Amino acid sequence: MKIIFYIIQKEFKQIFRNKGMLPIIFVLPLLQLVILSNAATFEVKNIKFAYIDNDRSSSSRALIEKFEASTYFNVLTNFPSEAIASSAMLKGEVDVVLEIPSHFERNLQKEKRSNLGITINAIDGAAAGVENVYVTQIIQSYNKHIKTDLMQISDTQIRPVNIDTIPLFWYNETLNYKTYMVPGILVLLVTMITLFLAGMNIVREKEIGTLEQINVTPIKKSQFIIGKLFPFWIIGMGLLTIGLLLARLIFDVPMVGSLLLMYAYTSIYILVILGMGLFISNFTDTQQQAMFIAWFFMVIFILMSGLFTPIESMPEWAQILTEFNPIKYFVEVMRMVMLKGSGLMDILPQLIKTIVYALIMNGLAVWSYKKTS
Amino acid sequence: MNNTNVIQAEGLTKMFGDFTAVNAITFEVKKGEIFGFLGANGAGKTTAIKMLIGISNPTSGQAHVAGFDVSTQAEDIKKNIGYMSQKFALYDDLTVKENITFFGGIYGLTKIKIKEKTKELIEDLGLEEVANQLVGSLPLGWKQKISFSVALLHEPKIVFLDEPTGGVDPITRRQFWEMIYRAAHQGTTIFVTTHYMDEAEYCDRVSIMVNGKIEALDTPKELKKQFQVDSMNDVFLKLARG
Repeated sequence: MKIIFYIIQKEFKQIFRNKGMLPIIFVLPLLQLVILSNAATFEVKNIKFAYIDNDRSSSSRALIEKFEASTYFNVLTNFPSEAIASSAMLKGEVDVVLEIPSHFERNLQKEKRSNLGITINAIDGAAAGVENVYVTQIIQSYNKHIKTDLMQISDTQIRPVNIDTIPLFWYNETLNYKTYMVPGILVLLVTMITLFLAGMNIVREKEIGTLEQINVTPIKKSQFIIGKLFPFWIIGMGLLTIGLLLARLIFDVPMVGSLLLMYAYTSIYILVILGMGLFISNFTDTQQQAMFIAWFFMVIFILMSGLFTPIESMPEWAQILTEFNPIKYFVEVMRMVMLKGSGLMDILPQLIKTIVYALIMNGLAVWSYKKTS
Repeated sequence: MNNTNVIQAEGLTKMFGDFTAVNAITFEVKKGEIFGFLGANGAGKTTAIKMLIGISNPTSGQAHVAGFDVSTQAEDIKKNIGYMSQKFALYDDLTVKENITFFGGIYGLTKIKIKEKTKELIEDLGLEEVANQLVGSLPLGWKQKISFSVALLHEPKIVFLDEPTGGVDPITRRQFWEMIYRAAHQGTTIFVTTHYMDEAEYCDRVSIMVNGKIEALDTPKELKKQFQVDSMNDVFLKLARG
C-alpha cells in the first residue's frame, strides 16, 4: 500500500510539474467542450432557398411567404428559369430550389391539387434529409391553410380528412441540440484524455529507461500498475466534474438524474479506458506508436458511439461491433441519467457490460505487462 | 552452492532468434569482490547482466544470484541487488531528494529510513546545494554518482553497474571508483562493466567477453602474465582482435 503511495506521489509531481502538459489536460478539453457543443449540431439553419415562380399568383406568393417566415430558410431570389437555377445550385449558391408550375392556383382551385417541384442539393446527405423535412413541413402547413380557404368557397359536403400528428419530444422538449450534444462530448473528452495520458505515460518511461530501473526493483506488478493508473483515474473524474459544471453553467443542460450514479458509473468506465491505455503501452515501444494506436481506436469508437450517427441506422454487422465500444455505453448512460433521470435499474445493462469490460481489459493489461522479457 | 559465491552462472545462454547474444557463459563472483565484466561493444555484456538481474529470461543454462535462481526466483533476486543501467535512469523532472524518496519508497524502505538515507547520501556526495534541484539540470557526472547512491539505497548484497563511468570526466571517474571501493569495503559485491582499461586494473578479478563467450577470467595481474603484456589494455586488444 505504501509503495503505491510513493508511485502516486511521484506521478502527481511529474504531471503538475510539466508546464506543457497541464493546459493540454485541463484547458484544451474544456475549450473543446465549449466549441464543439456549440458547433456540432444537427440543426440545419440558414438554408439558401430560391424559387422559380411560374404562376405569379396570390397562392404562389402565399407559399413563398411561408418560407420567408421560417427561421430556417434564407429566401434569396426568384430565378427566371430552371436552367439558371441549376447553374446556381452547381455553383453552390443555393441549397433548395422550389419550382411552382404555371396554373398552380387554378389547379388548386379546380382540381384541388397541384404539383410542386423541389430540388435539394444533396452533396451533404444528412443536411439534405433535414432540409427535405423542413420543406415538407412548410408545404403541409400551407396545405392546411389553403384547405380551409378552399373549403369556404367549395362544396361544404367535402370534408377534409384531417389527420394531424402532433410531435411531442420527451426529455428534451425544446429539441435543444446542446442538451443532447454536451453530455456526449463530455464523454469524448474524459475518454480521450485518460486514454492518451495513460497510454503515453508508461511508454514514456520505457523510452527514457526508467521502466527498466523499476523492473529491477522487487515492486509487484499490481502495485506498479495501480500506482501508475490511479492519478489518471483522478484526472478523469476531475474532468467529468469540471465538464458537468460547465454543462450546467454555460449550456444550462439539465441534470435530472442522480449525480452519484453518474459518478459511480464513470468511475468504472474510466477503468476500462485506463486498462486499454496500459494494454496499448505494453505493446508499443515509443510514444509515437502508442499515440497512433490510441488514435485509431478513438476514431472508431467515437464514430460508432451513436453520438454523431444513430446506431439504429448502421448496418447490422456494425451494430454488433458497437457492442464492443465502451464509449457507446458511456454516451447512453450519460444521456439517460442527465436528461431522462434514469436510475440504477435502467442503466444496469450498460453498467454490467462496463464492469465486465473493465475486468477483461485490466486483466489483459496486467497479464501483458511483463517485468521480465 | 558455495556460500561465498554470490553469483554463480553455468552455461548461461541467451538467443534472439538465430543470434546467440550470450553463449554458454560460466563464472562465479565471490562475496565482497569487485568483478570487472569487460568486452567490446556488442559482446553481450548488457544482455548477460539483464539475465543476472532478472529482467531477461535465459534461453538455457542457469544462474544463481544471491542464492536465488534467475529463471524462477527473479523477484527474490531483485530484493538483494542494486542496478545502475547504461542509460541514465533517474527521473529528470524530479529533484534529487524526490528521486531518493521515490526509489527508497518502492524498495519498501520506511519513512524514517528514507529520511536518514537521504541526509546521509546528500552529505556524502556534497549535494546540499542542489538537493532541491531537478536532476535534469545537473551535470552528467553528478547524475551518475547520485544514480549509484540510489542503487545502494536499500543496502543490496550485490550491485550491478553497466558502464557507470561512460562519458564522465577523469576526476569524476576517480571519485566514482572511490565510491565503489567504499561500497566494496562495506561488504557489497560489485559487478561492473567498463570500457576503460585503467578501471579494469582496479578490479579484483576480470572477465573478458568476446562474441558472447567469456574468453578470459582471472585477476588483472594473472591475465597480464598469461598474455605476456604490461597492461590490461593490451590484454583486451589481444583478445578482442582474436
